[in-house]
Amino acid sequence: MLERLTSGPASVSELAEPLAMSLAAVVQHVQVLESCGLVRTEKVGRTRMCRIERAAMTAAEHWIADRHREWEARLDRLGDILIEETATEEGP
Amino acid sequence: MTEFSVAHETFVIERTYDAPAAQVFRAWADPTRKARWFAGSADALGAGYELDFRVGGHEVNRGGPPDGPIYTYDSEFRDIIPDARIVSTYEMFADGTRISVSLATVEFHDEGGTTRLVLTEQGAFLDGHDTAAQREEGTRSFLVSLGAFLDGETS
Repeated sequence: MLERLTSGPASVSELAEPLAMSLAAVVQHVQVLESCGLVRTEKVGRTRMCRIERAAMTAAEHWIADRHREWEARLDRLGDILIEETATEEGP
Repeated sequence: MTEFSVAHETFVIERTYDAPAAQVFRAWADPTRKARWFAGSADALGAGYELDFRVGGHEVNRGGPPDGPIYTYDSEFRDIIPDARIVSTYEMFADGTRISVSLATVEFHDEGGTTRLVLTEQGAFLDGHDTAAQREEGTRSFLVSLGAFLDGETS
């Protein structure tokens, strides 16, 4: 999705087209990208246009976005481990 | 000529886990468990990742892209309240250069069997050190995050 956006702005449905994902799932991913500060979206008429935000970021913003994403990834993995542990403890 | 600069940044991440606070806290306190999710693998323990979980103890994580600099995370625990709170300060280095100094606070709120985790990071980013490798690393960790997000969605 980010790769597509590096070649220029695109609407949410254009982003969804090559992906085997529902439009709702794509919207959700765009929201994640937006909350990470990687993508900016803008309503143009009835479509939501997405563009990459990275070029506008300063070194400090890169750093904070990297730390943020790293923690997001780690806390996701923590969640996976907790689910696994709970499943094991409860047994089949 | 060397230019010195500092930028301050703060972010907060909240997660709710379907597990009691004691279990979530254990995943932060136990080296084998923490290596799995923090460093990405239990094999990292003793191979770039170390955890000495006590006030004054350190947590270290080293790694980086094959052709890029070695990134070192070096954290010291400042305050630990079992099942409730962990406060640490940490530095990040790219090879020998200090990139940042941060304060990380993790709060565990037990909400009747589920746990609301609040992570607050306050950092001082030094001298604008930013490299293509750092950006690449950031993107890579982002993709891991996105992958986990997708897995969560399909399961």
